[in-house]
Amino acid sequence: MGSELNRLTITEARERLRRREITSRELTRDCLERIAAVEPRLNAFITVSETEAMAQAEAADRRFAQGDAPDLCGIPLGIKDIYCTRGVRTTCASKILGDFTPPFDATVIEKLRVAGAVFVGKTNLDEFAMGSSTENSAFGPTRNPHDLERVAGGSSGGSAAAVAADECLAALGTDTGGSIRLPASYCGVTGIKPTYSRVSRYGVIAYASSLDQVGPFARTVRDAAMVLRAVAGADPRDSTCSARPVPDYEAALTGEVRGMRIGVPREYFVEGMDAAVEAAVRGSLKKLEAMGARTVEISLPHTSYAVAAYYLIATAEASANLARYDGVRYGLRVAADNNIELYNRTRAQGFGAEVKRRIMLGTFALSAGYYDAYYLKGQKVRTLIRRDFERAFASCDLIAAPVAPTTAFRLGEKTDDPLKMYLSDIFTISVNLAGLPGMSVPCGADGHGMPIGLQLIGPPFGEEAILRAGDAWERSGGFAPRTPQL
Amino acid sequence: MNDDSYEAVIGLEVHAHMLTRSKLFCGCATDFGAPPNHNVCPVCMGMPGVLPVLNRHVVELAIRTGLAAHSKIEPHSVFARKSYFYPDLPKGYQISQYDQPLCRGGYIELPAREGEARRIRLVRIHLEEDAGKNIHAESASLVDFNRSGVPLMEIVSEPDIRSPEEAVAYLHELREMLRSLGASDGKMEEGSLRCDVNVSVRPRGATELGARTEIKNLNSFRFVEKAIVYEVNRQIEEVAAGRRIPQETHLWDPEREVTRPMRSKEFANDYRYFPEPDLPPLIVPSDLVENIRTAMPEMPAERRARYIREFELSAYEAGVLTSELEVAEYFEAMLPGLRNRKSAANWVMTEVLRAANESAKPLTEAAPKPQETGALLKMVEKSQISLNAAKSAFAAMCRSGKGAEATVAELGLTQVSDETAIAEACDRVLAAESAKLAEYRAGRDKLYGFFVGAVMKAMGGKGNPKVVNEVLRRKLAG
Repeated sequence: MGSELNRLTITEARERLRRREITSRELTRDCLERIAAVEPRLNAFITVSETEAMAQAEAADRRFAQGDAPDLCGIPLGIKDIYCTRGVRTTCASKILGDFTPPFDATVIEKLRVAGAVFVGKTNLDEFAMGSSTENSAFGPTRNPHDLERVAGGSSGGSAAAVAADECLAALGTDTGGSIRLPASYCGVTGIKPTYSRVSRYGVIAYASSLDQVGPFARTVRDAAMVLRAVAGADPRDSTCSARPVPDYEAALTGEVRGMRIGVPREYFVEGMDAAVEAAVRGSLKKLEAMGARTVEISLPHTSYAVAAYYLIATAEASANLARYDGVRYGLRVAADNNIELYNRTRAQGFGAEVKRRIMLGTFALSAGYYDAYYLKGQKVRTLIRRDFERAFASCDLIAAPVAPTTAFRLGEKTDDPLKMYLSDIFTISVNLAGLPGMSVPCGADGHGMPIGLQLIGPPFGEEAILRAGDAWERSGGFAPRTPQL
Repeated sequence: MNDDSYEAVIGLEVHAHMLTRSKLFCGCATDFGAPPNHNVCPVCMGMPGVLPVLNRHVVELAIRTGLAAHSKIEPHSVFARKSYFYPDLPKGYQISQYDQPLCRGGYIELPAREGEARRIRLVRIHLEEDAGKNIHAESASLVDFNRSGVPLMEIVSEPDIRSPEEAVAYLHELREMLRSLGASDGKMEEGSLRCDVNVSVRPRGATELGARTEIKNLNSFRFVEKAIVYEVNRQIEEVAAGRRIPQETHLWDPEREVTRPMRSKEFANDYRYFPEPDLPPLIVPSDLVENIRTAMPEMPAERRARYIREFELSAYEAGVLTSELEVAEYFEAMLPGLRNRKSAANWVMTEVLRAANESAKPLTEAAPKPQETGALLKMVEKSQISLNAAKSAFAAMCRSGKGAEATVAELGLTQVSDETAIAEACDRVLAAESAKLAEYRAGRDKLYGFFVGAVMKAMGGKGNPKVVNEVLRRKLAG
């Protein structure tokens, strides 16, 4: 571990790779060595694909030799184990997918392959992305690199922890109700959930189709912008994916925030939230103001209904999305004498408790006689929440808020109380319901040294505004979480 | 339906496989008869993470069908998920349309039988994907997903049908409409047209609907008719005996020719419909509808009207000729060069349809090419052959597949109209039959037929009857 190339940012690594000072093989090897060293304690990866990664690194090095190397060429990435990867086991952290090896790549994986990226492995998550702590994984919980007794956040906890622990330079996650921003905040890395429809969902195992969105984790805003640009854009295989051209996000990072109006929603500073969290968020806003931004108080009046609406809509969609895991075509099959028994046994043994809970919730919400009272009502609330944001963006360019009311909690602390766990997402869920882009940037730490995230929320397709603000905050000194001692 | 005090109220739900090369939501082929699990991909196998992408051609065919059925084409319609578990349903839900279908209303006009033409109103036409197919082997059940995701149109009628015969006439008309549109091949035996029937009975004159039974598993016109006859009689007996008809789903048992209720487990589903989040609403711009409208092919009802108007055929003749697309196409392909459309129509209705019926093969295989049949009739019009000769030639053409001219030449059927040759034949006959000639001239007019027959026989059947008659009368008159 002499060179520790695994600690580079993508921006640094790209520079050194292009100057041929280092090779992707060296960079990848350092990442794999780091993985081998820390995984026994961290459990950020479900599958480490060493052989494939080294082959990809070699191919990337040939491209550098030929002078044909896009931005992410040769960069080692972690991939949340929710993306279908051709020829590499894809589990979604569930027993029900067993040893499922997809015969196809997700669109974003295909794009990253074309760009020459290196995949060091598949990262851990809450089963089917259902959870806020990565404790709901059939492969055991991921631990927070800053304190192994604490959770990494979820559902993309493996990706966040892997980036924080220098096991890879960046990683892909997905965010349905906060699953990128929450673990980014808990692990002290940058995570972006783009506008719904900005990135293709094809080949991303669905949890809640109208909310799921792909996004990156990285150590800097600039790095995250680079990965986002590589994966975003139209996809003929995803009818919900926007045809809008993808801007050069890096070009938006001017460091300039003068005149920027930052809305601060009063509903996002609630009683019971950690004082350290509030202090860190308000402190970073002060700094942005000092750089020339203006803060304005705004109101998002329907915020308190967001969690309830989310757990109707997301679970309803999930109940249908997860019906395909029936033991008939792929994945786990528990033998039985007849169809019904086959389904019962396979699904009883294949799904974990939280997944079953959400399937039942969603099935109930869609049932005859309850549809109007639950699913339809949830959709109406969703419309109101979207309107809240539309109104708010009339008086501001972006919104700043905490990502979560607390820092990372202890393993097991909330596993017996689903409702308490659900409330971890209280500040992130509205953004998914409204389909907006949101980002978590490290902005401080609590008394135990646990990282705190600043959430920046933009209007639809307002990624450039939040990236610019986040980058400016970083340039001004930002907050670099201490390197985890593992 | 032996009790006139009750009437049957019948509505049909028809599922038609659409004639597209690729499936509804993926690029897989739709051809019938491919090896099992050959036309499949991650999308139609319901792999994790896959997404549907709507086939544009399917939407255009459905709009065309809606226009032909006088339906309202909805500018905004929505796909929905219909959830149920079955091994042949890979995603655990079927993507269908629920409360916002592509087409609403409209009607199908049935050809007049006795009295006026009847209109059967439609409730809706919507799009959905087909499921795969379970195959039960000895020790295991197997699933073939070739059919999974094949586009279906569901065409739902109002309960406007009043008899089993009318139900069959409706199905027939609908099938011919779909075939004329190129929207479906309508092959019930291959499952590309499937039909569920809703049946209830009520006292004649009542306006309320009785409780209905839905009958499934009807894969031929004959079964549809038989099942309705059975079910209507059953319900009348029940009602007449004072029993209540429960609303339930029945299966037609083709062996015993009865309907039997499905076990409640087989149909008691809560499908938990909700809008498909993976597909945006289907927006149909009005210029697309107008483009399709201007390129509409002729429908059976329109064709019938045209035959009556242009060819001066009777309603009956027009009805027979338009009953199947192949027949109409055959008839029209015969016509160029022919003066007498009526006799061409008769020829199709007798000779051509007989050939098809007798051979039990499709029309296009059983009969000669329509152009050749037209050429044969042209020879009749030009008096080159007799009508009887044409019938023999046609039969020979059906067997050999040879052309009209070659067949007529081969069989030596060309008609003789040359007066000199006919006069010689007449002279020979009169000389040989001098006794009969004397009787005729003495007043036995009935012998005229005998002389015609004798002359024709002497000419090997090839004499032009018109010329033979003229010459013979002259000669007989002395």
